[in-house]
Amino acid sequence: MTQPKPPQSTAQRDRTSPDQQPFLKIEQLYKAFTNPKGDRTVILNDINLTVGSTEYISIVGHSGCGKSTLLRIVGGLETITAGTVEIEGRPITKPGADRMMVFQHYALLPWLTVRENIRLAIDEVLKTATPAEKSDLVNEHIEMVNLAAAADKYPDQISGGMKQRVGIARALAVRPKVLLMDEPFGALDALTRGKLQRQVLDIWESHRQAVLMVTHDVDEALYMSDRIVLMTNGPAAQIGEILTVPFAHPRNIHEIRESPEYYELRNHALNFLDHNFVRD
Amino acid sequence: MKNPTIPGGASARPPARFAGRWLTRYEAIVFPAIGFGGLLLLWWLVATFGTKLLPTPWEALVANADAILTPFHRRGPGDLGIGWLLLSSLRRVFLGFLLGSIVAIPVGFLIGSSRQAMLAINPIVQILRPVSPVAWLPVALATFNLANPSAIFVIFITSLWPTIVNTALGVSSVPQDYLEVAKMLEMSPWRRMTAVVWPASLPYIFTGLRISLGIAWLVIVAVEMLTGGVGIGFFVWDEWSRLNLNSVFLAIGAIGGTGLVLDWLLGQLQQTITHRPAPKQL
Repeated sequence: MTQPKPPQSTAQRDRTSPDQQPFLKIEQLYKAFTNPKGDRTVILNDINLTVGSTEYISIVGHSGCGKSTLLRIVGGLETITAGTVEIEGRPITKPGADRMMVFQHYALLPWLTVRENIRLAIDEVLKTATPAEKSDLVNEHIEMVNLAAAADKYPDQISGGMKQRVGIARALAVRPKVLLMDEPFGALDALTRGKLQRQVLDIWESHRQAVLMVTHDVDEALYMSDRIVLMTNGPAAQIGEILTVPFAHPRNIHEIRESPEYYELRNHALNFLDHNFVRD
Repeated sequence: MKNPTIPGGASARPPARFAGRWLTRYEAIVFPAIGFGGLLLLWWLVATFGTKLLPTPWEALVANADAILTPFHRRGPGDLGIGWLLLSSLRRVFLGFLLGSIVAIPVGFLIGSSRQAMLAINPIVQILRPVSPVAWLPVALATFNLANPSAIFVIFITSLWPTIVNTALGVSSVPQDYLEVAKMLEMSPWRRMTAVVWPASLPYIFTGLRISLGIAWLVIVAVEMLTGGVGIGFFVWDEWSRLNLNSVFLAIGAIGGTGLVLDWLLGQLQQTITHRPAPKQL
């Protein structure tokens, strides 16, 4: 990590990696849904997690373990049943542009071009910027995800990988404090996925910020993130383990794949997931 | 986004196995020609062997040649070209359709976005929707005491239901993802309506408008038969009273062609506004 190491706060629970100051804090979080019959299902059961301001976190677990729900709670799209979720000391109660979501199915507005989709987000959030600043910002983010050639195309006219790049550019363009990604590469084919992982990592390595990424791909989590949150199976999912990924950024996928640590961590994570799977 | 298939909409699609195939020029000319040829043959058979009143296709064409070549002639108050008659009917349809759409789109929006409004208005819509709009003619005549406003009122009623129903469906089926994007960006409710919900439901709204306009064009003929005056519907009935079936066939052709053009125009408008191809309607 490039940033200076702040002193550890004594109050926080031991969930933060040592060189990160607490930024996003989730404490004793419970989430339950009540169906129309009145039955209560606990989805998340006592989640405690602290995320640093430039930390890349992956949340890994089986389908239905509530990892997306956790992400959506941070995004403000789901309510909290009990506990607190704070960002920079302020509780999260509703969605906001300081926490932008990248959706699995892109959620681009199909009646707007690539450029207009990004512009819409900027128009909504950066209300004080001048039109020239806004259009610079749009162009900058279109370049960032290498979409200059497709800038004036409609979402129907571009591939899935390109759509997700637009989704990422839209999210980053409003300069969020936390980037939330809900299986961002899940709908892509394997080749596109690898390329896009590299691109996202490049962007993150040059503009570090807090990232929460939900995935069920252990390799993806190991390649991209600083820490991996392993969730137990739902309902009433908990954080089973948190793995610290020791590889320095910028990462090279071939180098890290050659290191024995990579396989140790990978096996450990997979064993954890298998164990959880068998238990159910 | 995929083009929505609207339940209850009048848009029958060609079967899926036709999708994605380009027609060759040969196919595009020969098969329609076979279809029309068959229809003319049927007409000819009925006219020749079935009844003495009907003209054969050839007789109808000869008798109507003048009317087709000079659609905008004026030869006295009772002898206007068919173009003028169509324009009179179109004027009524446009006025009624415009007024109906101005009412129907906001009402559909309200039903689609508010549960209470849905519960309050939907039963009315469901009861009135199956009523032939022509049944409103006496009500309109009693209110306006004039034929022309009454005809426009009936078209107004006609244009309400499909647009209301489809708009409501469009608004209530805006994908959750789009609404979450609006939430993430902290849009105001008004902004969410105008920047997300409205454009997302436009394809549905257009489906409603196209169905409304199609039915309005059907209904105007029946209404004019009852109200009289200058118009294509009264023309049909008037010519039948004179046992001039040639003119009736002329009117049928003209009504069909105009209806096709109306739908095409609205489809073009949809494509311009939504930047997406309008769903094909058969």
